[in-house]
Formats: sequence, structure tokens, C-alpha cells
Amino acid sequence: MPTYTLNTPLTDADIEKLRAGDVVLLNGIIYSGRDAAHKKLMELLDAGKPLPFDLKGASIYYVGPSPAPPGRPIGAAGPTTSGRMDAYAPRLHALGLKASIGKGKRSDEVKQAMRDNKAVYFGATGGAGALLSKCITASKIIAFEELGPEAIREMTVKDFPLLVINDAFGGELYAKPKLDD
Amino acid sequence: MREIKAADISAAVAQMCMSANTMLPEDVRRKFEEGYKNESTEAGKEIFRQLLENADLSAETKLPLCQDCGLAIFYVELGEDVYVPGGINKAITDGMVAGYKDGFLRKSSCHPLERKNTGDNTPAIIHIDFVPGDKLKISYMAKGGGSENMSRVTMLSPSQGWEGIKKFVVQRVAEAGPNPCPPTILGIGIGGNFEQAPKIAKKALLRKLDDVHPDPKVAAMEAELLEAVNKLGIGPMGLGGSYTCLAVKIALAPCHIASLPLAVNVQCHSARHEEVEF
Repeated sequence: MPTYTLNTPLTDADIEKLRAGDVVLLNGIIYSGRDAAHKKLMELLDAGKPLPFDLKGASIYYVGPSPAPPGRPIGAAGPTTSGRMDAYAPRLHALGLKASIGKGKRSDEVKQAMRDNKAVYFGATGGAGALLSKCITASKIIAFEELGPEAIREMTVKDFPLLVINDAFGGELYAKPKLDD
Repeated sequence: MREIKAADISAAVAQMCMSANTMLPEDVRRKFEEGYKNESTEAGKEIFRQLLENADLSAETKLPLCQDCGLAIFYVELGEDVYVPGGINKAITDGMVAGYKDGFLRKSSCHPLERKNTGDNTPAIIHIDFVPGDKLKISYMAKGGGSENMSRVTMLSPSQGWEGIKKFVVQRVAEAGPNPCPPTILGIGIGGNFEQAPKIAKKALLRKLDDVHPDPKVAAMEAELLEAVNKLGIGPMGLGGSYTCLAVKIALAPCHIASLPLAVNVQCHSARHEEVEF
């Protein structure tokens, strides 16, 4: 399967070449954000206030890392279940979010938003938190520190290994369950 | 009465929390190795390869296997002749808090509506069974939110029987798809009542993956369910393949003549649990 090395921020041209099943090694800055942080981002948008990072070309990683032990930039940092962010993702895609990173299924609304706004959904391997943390070379909290593991972090990643689960053309990698009836 | 010091219990619990989150149980590792060898899809094989590498790295660096170090669940068998000055609940909770702090484990417990993190992973969820004698056994399970969210309890009608149970379980796994980090382990509680079925379902997850249920009828049911869910082809991380589920563990309990309670507790592949005895 094709493998691409991409740098953030992602462009329309980057997204257009990706198809479900492609391997991507992502480099640059990504932002962590999960349930509570997304809720707060929506509150900022509702109030017409600026977000803590620029959404244009951005990639959000659905992760709540474990605490960094001394000498390491971050603890274990694998993906959380993306579906819980489905309520928020379309609005962020409309404002320039190019990629989300997580695990598990996305809603039809999110898939439509990815088609409408040239964006993709990447899967990272769930439960490989120690392994994935090796690709995160720096991390700092940039917003909502009070949320603890759910705070928004700016993370620098090097060759972060991802699979394109949903592309911008309606393609999907996940296997459909084979049910008899 | 035999006295067991609370400090000894706390120290053992703290150690157990740190160890279980960084040392993949041997029986789980063996299943990963089997999956790496036998999985029919390349994508699935690659997931097993990564999970084995992750386990090695976690053991070496003491970074948790998974960032979701779970709510801390404890199953306690407390001898009726055991006395713990200060109380067993406090001893376990103190140990859990220390283990999650000193092991740099993630604290994942929050207020249900305000969503404010409790900050120290409290409360521990502690189930105590009193047993005859003067021994104490504490089993710890780190249960992550992603797989727990895919778990269900339902009250079937007795007329639905085994076929109804099988249908519900297969449907549950199909609907969960890639979400609970397959390959999963299923704890199935059949019988009891509305609160007992999920309790025995989750406790069944403490069994070794390669053990065989002592009742041949139940062992056959476990094999039948495992085969049925693996036919779904969801595969490791939902990428397709023959390993959707690593094992099915069934627990039975008598129920009301009007009821057939059923609970399906889904456990992700990172099946972290340990036990200690005093």
C-alpha cells in the first residue's frame, strides 16, 4: 500500500492524494484534544472568541496522554475512540481542520464534512500508547490546563504512523461486519 | 482473628497498579504471538506486531501499555477471620492513589455531569466477597473507557434462550466494530439480575485467556460464541481479519423465573489485571 510522508499544516493537495488504506508518516505540529477540550472549543466559537491554535490545515489527535515521567516529553499516548467527537468535528472541518486522528467509526455527518472540506480521518493503533509516544518528540499544554489529561497540547511528531481510515472522497478502510441476517 | 496491616495492603496494591499497567499478562502475549502468526490479513498481522513491540517497550520503559489506565476495579475475597485496622476499603484506595501517582498512570475519573477530573483516579471500584477463613485475595483490573462504552446489559425473555443470547452478543460485537480496540475479550454474564449479570460478566474477564471452563457445556458455549463473533471478520483494530475476539468467558448465575438477564462486558486487547494474596 502507498506510503506518504507528510508535514503539517496539511494542504488541500496533501489531502487530495490520500485514499483509504494509505499509510501516512506525519511530521510537524499536531494538537491533542478530546471530549472536554472539544466542548470548550465550541464554547469559544459560540462566544466569537479566538481558538488556542490556528485551525487552518490543522490536525487534531484525539488523545489524553498519561503523565510524562521525568526525562520524557510525554507518557503513553495512543488514540481514544473518535466517535465521541463526532458532534464537534463537522464544525471544525468547516473552519479548516484538515485531519483528525483517533480510532473507531465516524458518523455520516463527519464523513460528509470531510468530503465537503477536503479532510481526512487517520487511524492510529489503539492500545499501543507506549509505542506511539516514541514518535512524539515534544509536548506542551497550550490551553485548558485545568482539564488535566484532557488539556490541549501542542505536540511535535516525527514519522507518526497513521492509516487513512476515511478519505475525502467517501472511501473507508474499516471492514464491514459480515452478518448472516 | 488474623490481623493484616493496612500499610502492607496499600503497598501491594500500589505495586500491582504500576505493574499491571506496564507488564502485559503472559496469556495475553501468547495470544498476540498466535495472532501474529495466524492472522489472515497483512493489516491485522501488522497490528499484532505493533502490540508485541508495544508490550516490550512498556516493560522496558515503564510507560503504560495504554494511556487509558482505566478506572481501578478491585475484586476482594476477604476471609471472615481477617481484621484490617483502618479498614480494607481505605487500604486499597490509598494504595491505588499512590500507584497511579508514582507510576505516572493516567487519572481518568471525573464528575459525571460537570466532567471535572477527581485528580487521583478515586473512587476505586471495590467489590468485596466474604469467604470463610483468614486469607485475603485482591484482584485488580485496569478497565479502559473505550471498551467499557461498548458493553451492554439487557433483560431477555426466557423464551429467547441460548439463541437469543448468541444473537445479542454477535450483534453487540458487530455494532461495536473497531471502537473497543479489537481483538477483544468478551465477559458474558448470563442470569442473576439487573446488577448481578454485569458484575459476573466483568469478573469473568479475570480468567486466563487459554483456560477451559470446568463445565463442558459452558466451555462449548464459549467456543461457539468465539467462533460466531470471529466470523464477523472485523479483525484487529477493525482492519479486517480472523481475530476479532481472543476469548469468550461466560459466567452463569441463577435468575428469577421471569427473567433472562444478559451482560456483555467488552475488554480491549490490553487486558490488564493482576492479583495478590495475603
